Order: sequence, then structure tokens, then C-alpha cells
Amino acid sequence: MTAVPTNEGTRTVRPLLQVRHLRVEFESRRGKLVALDDVSFDIAPGEILGVVGESGAGKSLTGSAIIGLLDPPGRITAGEIVFDGRRIDNLPFEEMRRVRGRQIGAIFQDPLTSLNPLYTVGRQLTETILAHLPVNPQQARARAIRLLQETGIPAAQARIDQYPHQFSGGMRQRVVIALALAAEPRLIVADEPTTALDVSIQAQIIALLKRLCRDHGAAVMLVTHDMGVIAETCDRVAVMYAGRIVEIGPVQSVIHHPSHPYTAGLMGSIPSMDTDRERLLQIDGAMPRLNAIPSGCAFHPRCPKAFERCLTERPDLMSAGPTRAACWLTSATARAGT
Amino acid sequence: MSAVPPVEPPLVRVFDLAKTFDVSAPWLARVIERRPVQHVHAVDGVSFSITRGKTLALVGESGCGKSTVARLLVGLLRATRGRVEFDGIDAAVTLRSASALALRRRMQMIFQDPYASLNPRWTVADIVGEPIREHHLVSPEPDGSNRSVRLATRERVEELLRSVGLAATDALKFPHQFSGGQRQRISIARALATQPEFLVCDEPTSALDVSVQAQVLNIMKDLQRTRGLTYLFISHNLAVVRHVSDQVGVMYLGRLVELADKGELFARPRHPYTRMLLDAIPDIGMSGRARTPVQGEVPNPLSPPGGCAFHPRCPHANERCRQQRPALLALPGGAVACHAVEEGRL
Repeated sequence: MTAVPTNEGTRTVRPLLQVRHLRVEFESRRGKLVALDDVSFDIAPGEILGVVGESGAGKSLTGSAIIGLLDPPGRITAGEIVFDGRRIDNLPFEEMRRVRGRQIGAIFQDPLTSLNPLYTVGRQLTETILAHLPVNPQQARARAIRLLQETGIPAAQARIDQYPHQFSGGMRQRVVIALALAAEPRLIVADEPTTALDVSIQAQIIALLKRLCRDHGAAVMLVTHDMGVIAETCDRVAVMYAGRIVEIGPVQSVIHHPSHPYTAGLMGSIPSMDTDRERLLQIDGAMPRLNAIPSGCAFHPRCPKAFERCLTERPDLMSAGPTRAACWLTSATARAGT
Repeated sequence: MSAVPPVEPPLVRVFDLAKTFDVSAPWLARVIERRPVQHVHAVDGVSFSITRGKTLALVGESGCGKSTVARLLVGLLRATRGRVEFDGIDAAVTLRSASALALRRRMQMIFQDPYASLNPRWTVADIVGEPIREHHLVSPEPDGSNRSVRLATRERVEELLRSVGLAATDALKFPHQFSGGQRQRISIARALATQPEFLVCDEPTSALDVSVQAQVLNIMKDLQRTRGLTYLFISHNLAVVRHVSDQVGVMYLGRLVELADKGELFARPRHPYTRMLLDAIPDIGMSGRARTPVQGEVPNPLSPPGGCAFHPRCPHANERCRQQRPALLALPGGAVACHAVEEGRL
């Protein structure tokens, strides 16, 4: 199967990451569950792409597929992931391990479970640095201290020899970010990096992530359900629903002029600090389960604008002004027809 | 009483409420390792009142004691100090007396996690019907048959389910057959079963997705309008608080640092901590704009800083703030516990 790259406007730089028609399936006793279906997007070098959606939309799964850490029985059954011109979705485990960490760093939601409680923070950092970079242990330690300083940990010299439990939640997440940046990766997959943190800490971590990625020239795929975080951090955003991307485009356009009815509903349902509304806009119903994804457009049972075509035919991403949306309403023919 | 008072007294009044938890190591460890007895002041002298039919929201970061206040109010915890007055009666005393049932009926609670707060082995009819049975809210027919009680309970359950946007047929299902948002509606239906006047909602939407959160918040607002409910709404999400509340209390390390009408608090936050929290909210409207980075973290509640607990993170702290704990000072439209505000430095 030769994947036809979908062109997202004319780009002079080659994308750092290309995901093409990615499909992830879970084999279960009751048959195959399609968790990701025909997901395609690019990330340019140094770009921050947000991936947003409600629980079960497949946003974290997309991240896991890219870093090659899909939990079995989940597996990629179609499509490809190309990193810096090289296909990485079919690499043997050992080879992928070298890519992960060195080329692609990962930050997970819970900073406590992503650190080993039995090792000091310093050991975990130097281990990563030594595994990926040609340095000696002294240099690795110096680099580890510098990384901790960069992530804003006070008294890094002393704290490097402490264990994760001696750090607070926000400080742990800083260590995890330092760990992700340890080998100067070119892409960081950050899966809900601030969800487990309090608002005041969340703001610090987001600012830190943004600054460090800019300084280190790393691109970021930021998976979150928080539109506010997306709005502040990202260049572009992909909105996912039931295992597919329903809208992708520049963050301002998607937030202020959403083309897909789901994006519009999602935006309207967020209580805002600027406007006073007696009632929030609500999308009735809930996201379908994987074993009962509706025919046609998966959003049609909840969509206020659905018409016959939506029930039977599945829309692909189509150009809708500055963004691309998978909705028949955005196609000119549909608009002429209704 | 025949004369109608000009101002209706508040439904809920809380005076100097405090709760201390003993978090010491086990006795043997204390003896062998000579570790001291340790107490954490989860709630330390909180006072507020809630007008009938209004919503007071308590906001703060994890560990600030907001959930403890919720539990103290409904009597799930016993206060170390202070008093909760519900409609003029002392709640703590009443809850230990013979008339406890009558008071419990008037206040109910909605919990944060809809997965943990519903018994997985009970049907929805059992869950929502439990308070009705427990409080004997359905009186038997003159013939005294149990059958009529069961039928009437069932009808009441179905009516409650419909009022929160579920189907009457959902009564036969089990909690696992519902999504998070639907489960939270079941919790609300259960809380409404006793026809309470006062609902304590402890982070009722923080476990839910935004589109589902909107559904639940809308239902809560509709119910408040139609039934004249009074809410204490606990949340860490300021945008949600701004949407639901009439009054907002901001808590920090067990104390109320600012209490104000919603409009006042969001338009003119006075306490430095409130300002910091408001600055920290990522907001869709301010896309692209940089926000003031918040400094520092919440200190360990086991050893809170002396003086004003916020002073290590406060840009306006001076010597007095490090020494003396500020009291909640009434100002027009609210109250604030800050020396800088009191002295007019801020």
C-alpha cells in the first residue's frame, strides 16, 4: 500500500514527523475494536501540535503509537509513521528503543509512576544521558544538574541525589521533563503533562515546557483535554473524536472559528472566564464506545446539523478555510445540496 | 413568628470551623524512633454563610481543606472547633440527637468520583430508592400494604431519574452500564430523593469530560432554579466556579483568604493568592498572550509557614506578614485576609 501524502498547504521544510493513515486495532474476544482509524498529520521541526479530545477519543493512543509503546493487544494494522524521513512504526524493539529517548522523548501524565521510586533522580537522569550520548559519567552528572537547573529546580546540586518521593508533584514533573530532554530529542510526546497538577503549578509547567522546547529546538506533540492549555501553547491543534481526527488547523482558527460541529460544541461547553452565560452549550449524549461506532460520520447521532449523507458516508478531512475538517457540511457540494 | 424579617437569615452559617487530623506515626514507631505527635490543621477557623437559593463556591488547590469543609458541613466529619448552623439549629448537636434523621434529610452531598460513589451491585432503582426507604418518604396506603410502598417508591425513583435527564427504564440497570456523566446524574438523583434544601457538591464535575461537564452543570443550574436549592460547590476550576456560583470563597492551607461576590472577585480580586490563581488559569480567550508565571508551590500543610501562610509566595509580603496572621477583614462586597490590603499597600 503506497500512502499518498496529503498535502497540508505548501511547506518548505520537510515535516519532522509524518503520520499517514494510521490504524490501531485491539483484538478482543468479541472481535476487533478499531481504536484509531485513518489518522494522518504532520509535525514540523520546532512546532507544537496539540491533540485534544475527550476520554476515549484515541489521543493518548496516538502518542503511544508514535513512541512505539502500544500496549498489547493493541497494534498498528495499517498506515505508517515516518520520523525524519525514516519509517519507525515497523522497527524492531531494540532499534526503536534507541530512537525513543534519543530522538523522541516522552512525558506522561503521572509524574510519580514515570519515575523509578528506587533510584535517585540523578541516577535516572545520568542513566538516560549515558545511554544516548557519548559522554563520561562525570559529564553526564554535570549535564543532569544543568538540566535540573534549567527546569527550575532549586538547589539542583543537592536535590540530584534525592529520591522521587522527596519531590512534590510539580517538582517531579520538572524532573520528568528534564528526563525527556536529557538526550536532546527532536520531538517530545507529552501526554497530559499537567493534568495531575494544581492550576498554579500547571501554569509553571506549561511555561517551562514551552520555553525549553524553544531553547532546545524540539517539536512537541501535546496531548491534553484542556483547551486552555492548547490555546496558550500550541501552534496547531488536532481535534479527535472516536478514533479519528475531525478537525486540524492553526490553533486560533480552530478555537475561534471551528468548522466541525463537534469542535464548535466542545468549545461552547467550556465555561469561559470572559463571557457570562446562563447555560453552557451542551452536546447531548456521549462519545460512542469502540464496539458501537456509528456508521457514516461517527458524530452524527449527536450532531445538530446531521443530514442523510452523514448517516451513511464517512467524511474525510476536507479543506475548510484555514483548517481542515471531516464534515460533509464543509464540502461545497453538500452545502449546495442542502 | 408572624412578622416577616426584612432580610432572610442565611440557610447555612459556619462559625470558626476547624478540623485537626492526627497524622502521627503509629505509637510504636513514635516510641522507638522518637518521632513527635503530628497534627495537620486541615481546616483552621473558617467562617461563612450561604443565603437560601444561592451558591457559595469554595476554591483552592489540593490540600487547602475545601473537601474537609464539605464533609464537616454534612456531618461526615466531626469538627475540632467551631459550629455549623443550619436554618438556625446547631447541626453537630442535632446530628447526634434523635432528630438527626430530619436534619440529614434536608442536606445531601454529591461526591467527586461517580465511579466510587455508587454501589456497583445495586441497581439504579436501589441506589436512588435507598434514601426514600431510609427516610420513609413514601407513606403506606391506608390498607398498610407493602406493595403500595414499593410501587410508590418506584414511581418516585422514575420521576427523579427523569428530572436529571435519564430515562425511567434506566432504573433497572446497574451503574457499570452508564458513562461517567450519567453516573453523576444518578448521584444527583439520589441526592434529590429526600427533597433536600441544601446540597454539598464536592468537585462534582472534575472527573468528567468538558462536554459532559456542561450537561451536569446545566442540570444543576436548572434544578436550583426550579427547586430553590442552596449549593456549596467545591471546585478547583475557577472557570466552572465563575459559571455556577453567586459567592466565592478562596481557601489556602485551611484558611479562607478571600470571600466575595462572584462579580467582585473575578473583576477585582484583592488577595494576592486570588490574583495568582486567576492569572494561572489557561484561558481560551487569552490565546497567545503570556500570563504571569506563578511562583512557588503550596507548602507542606504539616509545617505551614508562620504568619500569613501565603507569605513565602507573595510578592507583597513584608515583616508583618511573616510574623502575624491576618484576620479576615470585611470590605464592601467581600472580605479578605491580607495585611497588604488592610494597610492599603495593595
